[in-house]
Amino acid sequence: MASNAFLLEYLPIVIFLCIAGGMSCVMLLFSLLVSKRNPDPEKNAAYECGFDAFEDARSKFDVRFYLVAILFIIFDLEVAFLFPWAVTLGKIGMFGFWSMVIFLGILTVGFIYEWKKGALDWE
Amino acid sequence: MITPDMLPSLAFYGFAFILVVSALGVITAKNPVYSVLLLILAFFNAAGLFVLLGAEFVAMILVIVYVGAVAVLFLFVVMMLDVDFKSLRKGAMHYVPLGVLLGGVLLIELFVLFKARFGTEVFPQADTLPEISNTQQIGAVLYTDYIFAFQVAGLILLVAMIGAIVLTHRTRPNVRRQNVAKQNATTQEDAMEIQQVETGKGI
Repeated sequence: MASNAFLLEYLPIVIFLCIAGGMSCVMLLFSLLVSKRNPDPEKNAAYECGFDAFEDARSKFDVRFYLVAILFIIFDLEVAFLFPWAVTLGKIGMFGFWSMVIFLGILTVGFIYEWKKGALDWE
Repeated sequence: MITPDMLPSLAFYGFAFILVVSALGVITAKNPVYSVLLLILAFFNAAGLFVLLGAEFVAMILVIVYVGAVAVLFLFVVMMLDVDFKSLRKGAMHYVPLGVLLGGVLLIELFVLFKARFGTEVFPQADTLPEISNTQQIGAVLYTDYIFAFQVAGLILLVAMIGAIVLTHRTRPNVRRQNVAKQNATTQEDAMEIQQVETGKGI
């Protein structure tokens, strides 16, 4: 395990997590205790116009949303590879530099493909 | 009595316990939305374990990529796609032998790694590494010593990109799209013509 001094740097995050957890618990508890509740079967009944008051959230929707999300993940990963490269660029020299340029070149091929294919367009 | 030296160990047991419990919850929860939320909790705890090991970069990437993108994509699918999960669940027991086999292989691999770790000092310990950050350690070797693996990662991302487009992209016929350049390039001559209509005659 890493040294205590190193882990101490994460203390603010732990404190933040404790406060966030405590606050959400308090909110849940108060809404449970304070809120007014008058249950009535009529409240769950269908509206006068015939629509049900509750229905399933799931419905068919366009696959393009999913395509956008997948393309986002791929470029997200590409950017993740840039971080260690950026902090060590001075040490790894020209070889490391061109290694990343080739990597970015491969992904640029994909980027041009999706651009020309119209995957980024919203018709 | 709890001493400050014990805190990392306590944190480890806390993270590991929540990780295992939430991972169990992922496969046992009835509602798939709860499964995904428990999966996110498991990712966070795994990130906590990485931080305890001093692997900050891996921990943050786990949070950014897996929690920020992959788990949200899962949530997107189970919350919104019109999939009947009850009927999917029906045949699930048929896959138990396959699952046990894969789990067994993973368990054996873990055991082999565990033996190698304690038999010989093959793997460097996190606390004996030099005083440079985890991100720099990765950067120092990934782009030069492991260039092959790095470029293969790039190719895999390319394949994933093309695969996603080929599988899901459809060009829709009869869609009228706005072409701003074309609109701006339109001149008066393109848009209208002036006709002199003689009296008493149509065009």
